[in-house]
Amino acid sequence: MSDKYIVRSSAIAARMLGGEMMIMSAVDSTFFTLNEVATAIWQSADGRTPLSEIVGGVIEQFEVEPDVALRDAERFVEELSPHGILLVSDHPIDDSSAGSRETV
Amino acid sequence: MSLMQQMNQRAMELGVPLAIHLDVTYRCNERCIHCYLDHDDHGEMSTAEIEDVLDQLAEAGTFFLTLSGGEVLMRRDFFDILEYARRLRFNVRIKTNGVMIRQREAKRMVELGVENIQISIYSHRSEVHDAITKLPGSLKRSVEAIRFLKSQGLKVVIANVLMTANSRDHAGVQALARELGVTYTLDPTITPKMDGDTSILRLRIPSSELNSVFHNPDLVGNVEEFCAPPPPPDEGIMDEYPCSAGHTAGYISPYGDVFPCVQFPLPTGNVRKHKFIDIWRDSPALHEVRSIRAKDLPVCSTCSHVGTCTRCPGLAYMEGSMRGPSTADCEKSFHRTGIPSANMLRKARANSSGPLIQIQPVAI
Repeated sequence: MSDKYIVRSSAIAARMLGGEMMIMSAVDSTFFTLNEVATAIWQSADGRTPLSEIVGGVIEQFEVEPDVALRDAERFVEELSPHGILLVSDHPIDDSSAGSRETV
Repeated sequence: MSLMQQMNQRAMELGVPLAIHLDVTYRCNERCIHCYLDHDDHGEMSTAEIEDVLDQLAEAGTFFLTLSGGEVLMRRDFFDILEYARRLRFNVRIKTNGVMIRQREAKRMVELGVENIQISIYSHRSEVHDAITKLPGSLKRSVEAIRFLKSQGLKVVIANVLMTANSRDHAGVQALARELGVTYTLDPTITPKMDGDTSILRLRIPSSELNSVFHNPDLVGNVEEFCAPPPPPDEGIMDEYPCSAGHTAGYISPYGDVFPCVQFPLPTGNVRKHKFIDIWRDSPALHEVRSIRAKDLPVCSTCSHVGTCTRCPGLAYMEGSMRGPSTADCEKSFHRTGIPSANMLRKARANSSGPLIQIQPVAI
């Protein structure tokens, strides 16, 4: 996998509820919930950490198989980016939204 | 069950205030004849106080935040508040009359990722709309605001409150909404003023017109389904909570007062004196609201409409008891289905029964 960089869009609403992250896109009002693993990826999406490094953290934290974790992470990015929830780039993303305050 | 319903259910189980309505001001540039508010400023929360409340709400798990008033843009710091709320990643909806929204404000709202904007339109005719708002030119300004917001790609909802003054204009407003490409909603509810004054209830549309509204397919969709008689109530229905007010939804006034809902002025605490979460978790008044199930409603639990009625506990509270019936909703259930509510039958019996023995003194 060539490294990708992901950053949370500022055009979303997000909140933790009972261990799951609720996300709603202001672009198309799509509503998502993320499980614990996906939430960990989401919270690490700061635009500066390569996706492979984020997956490495997930493997360590949740004891999942590396292949499975990588496949899941790529699917996660594929599913969320069309809704404007994640911004994806081949280069680090300098986006102020990555530093915005978020209560989880 | 949809994903959203599942999250609502979870919030209910966890006692999370998922949706909060925050009125940032009661001041307004319109003087709508049916408005339930006192528009004088009796000491609104400052920018810093509101930001602190928003921090607390985010911490408590609030996801849906409605910013309303009064007119939100009467506050010079409104965009500071909005920006702060969006930084905390609330899903923000705004209720406004739109009069102060021009291209610049619309652009800022879209930049900040507002979910939708609700704008009150009472009629497609200026002479009717402006007579209700008592602000000359207000229809023109509000419609222009909708166009500005739409041009920025924002989702706009027209809220059409029906009352005697505009009861025949809903088709015109609906056509206007279609032309503007926005969602249309209609509400025939006029509520007492927050201080308990019921004088504005005389503006409610007459029963005959309520009946025609509920049987109009352009307004309710499938009339047969909408007006169907209520199914017999079962045990599950009797165990349900009346509504989300005080369970997953709450209201905060510009002065920091916390209520179960904007239509339910039951004092539960003030965020200037206590942390929001302490009020939410520990208020005896909120505990009482949360303890009430359909089976605990003395009159409504005997009513055939108990499972389908839109009974508002706030309106019931303003009528005298949060466990009592809400007459306005009894009438809605009746005009929707043709079946009188238990409350209506009870009142009819009380009115028709005279004293058993009548004695009239005879002048000799």
